[in-house]
Amino acid sequence: MKRFFHEELEAVRSHIMEMGERAVESANLALRALEQRDLDIAESVIEGDEIIDAIETRIDEEVARYISLRAPVAKDLRLLFIAVKASHDLERVGDEATSIVKRTKKILASDETYRDLGRVPDMCELAISMLKEALFSFIQEDEDIAYQIIRQDKEVDALNRENFKEFVELMKDDASKVDVYAEMIFISKSFERIADHAKNIAEEVYFLLTSQSLKQVLKGDA
Amino acid sequence: MDTPAVESHRGDRNPSLIRISDFDFSYGDKQALFDINMDIAEHEVTAFIGPSGCGKSTLLRCINRMNDLIESARIDRGKVEVNGLDIYDERVDATELRKRIGMVFQKSNPFPKSIYENVIYGLRIQGINRKSELDETVERCLKGAALWEEVKDRLDTSGLSLSGGQQQRLCIARAMAVGPDVLLMDEPCSALDPVATAKIEELIHELKNDYTIVIVTHNMQQAARVSDRTAFFYMGNLIEMNATDQIFMSPDKEQTEAYISGRFG
Repeated sequence: MKRFFHEELEAVRSHIMEMGERAVESANLALRALEQRDLDIAESVIEGDEIIDAIETRIDEEVARYISLRAPVAKDLRLLFIAVKASHDLERVGDEATSIVKRTKKILASDETYRDLGRVPDMCELAISMLKEALFSFIQEDEDIAYQIIRQDKEVDALNRENFKEFVELMKDDASKVDVYAEMIFISKSFERIADHAKNIAEEVYFLLTSQSLKQVLKGDA
Repeated sequence: MDTPAVESHRGDRNPSLIRISDFDFSYGDKQALFDINMDIAEHEVTAFIGPSGCGKSTLLRCINRMNDLIESARIDRGKVEVNGLDIYDERVDATELRKRIGMVFQKSNPFPKSIYENVIYGLRIQGINRKSELDETVERCLKGAALWEEVKDRLDTSGLSLSGGQQQRLCIARAMAVGPDVLLMDEPCSALDPVATAKIEELIHELKNDYTIVIVTHNMQQAARVSDRTAFFYMGNLIEMNATDQIFMSPDKEQTEAYISGRFG
C-alpha cells in the first residue's frame, strides 16, 4: 500500500537527482571555463555552488524530518542514509568545481592565453561520465551499473598520475611558469576527487539496493 | 542569485475552530485537568498524546460533552468554545452539539443492524426517511470512509459481519452521516492490525480536507504520521502543544522530549 507520506521519500529522491544534475553541470562548466579561458563561466560555477549547498541543507532537513515522523525501516531507511551521504558527496563535487574555477582564474591572471591542459579534459569527461552513471544507477536502482563505476575510477587515477608527471616535467622546463603548472596539478587532483565522489555514490547505491558493502563484495571477488 | 526556497513544513495555521480556555475539570474529588488552554485549528489533525491517566481522553470527551453522562464529572473553571459558541452554556443542547462533533471510539461499535442502517442511524433518529436522501448519504459516507468499494454489494448484511478495520471505518461513516464539522477519535486504531491501521490513517489524512479532527493515541508514531499539531499531556496538564514536526524533531520541553524518546511513561 502506498502511504500519503511516501511522496516525501520521492521528494528526497528527486532533490538528490536535482543536486546531481547541478553537480554534473558545475564540473562541465569548470572544464569549459578552463578550456575557453572564460571568466564569466567561472563565476557561474561559483554562484551555482551556493544552490548546491542549499539543496544539501534541504535534503538534510527532509531526512531528519522523515526519520523523526515516519519511523522508516529497511530500504526506506537505507535510502535516507544514502541521501545524506550522497548529497554530501555531491556538495563536495560542487566544491571541487569551485576550486577548479578559482584556480583557473589564477592561471588566467598569470597567463591569459594558457592552453596546456594535459589529460585534464579526458579526466573531466570520465569523471562526469562516472557521476552521471552513479546517478543513473540510483534512479534506475541498478546495482550492476554501480558495480561498473568502481572500475572506471582506476582509469581516472591513472590519468591524474600522468598529469602529475607531465606538469612536473613542464615545471622543470620552464621555471617561470611553476605557479601555473602547480595550479594545473591541483585542478587535475580536483577532477580525480570528483571521480572519487562518483565512486562513493556508486558504493552507496549498491548498499541501498543490496544492503551489502560493495567494498566487501569486491574483496570477495579479488 | 536565486536559491531554491526551503519549504517550511510548519507554515501558517488555519483559523481556530475550537478554543479551550483556563479549563479545570474533575471527577468527584479528583481533579483530572488543570488550567488547559489550547486552540484547535479547523481542517487540521490535532493529536493528543501522553501516558495513561494524563487526561487526554478526558479532554477529548469534554469537546462534545460526552462527560455529561458521568455523574461525578464537573467543570471547575474555564470554557470550551466551538466556533465561538460556549458549548457548556445552559442553552446549548448536548444532543445537537454531538451532531456537529462526532466521535469514533477505541473499540468499533457498530449496531447489530445492516451496514446501510448503521450509516443512517443518526438520520433515522432525526426522522429522515426519504429513500433517495438515505441512499445518497450511505454512498457518500461509505465512500468518504473508504469502505464503499468493499461493501457496496452487501449493504444489507450485518455491520457485525465486517472485519475490525472495516467496522471502524463503518463507525467513521456513521459519524459522518449527521454532517459534523469535527470528528473526535479516541484511540481509533488500538484494536486494529497494522494494515487496517494504515487504512484508517490514510482515511484520516483524506478526511481533514472536510473535517477538523482530534485524535487521542497511545501510538506516538501514529501521532507523528497523521497529525499537523500535537499536544502532550502529563498528569492532567498540557505540557506542550506545537506543530507535530516541532514536537517530534525538537520539542521545547524536556518532559516532552523524555516521553517521545521513550524515557518515561
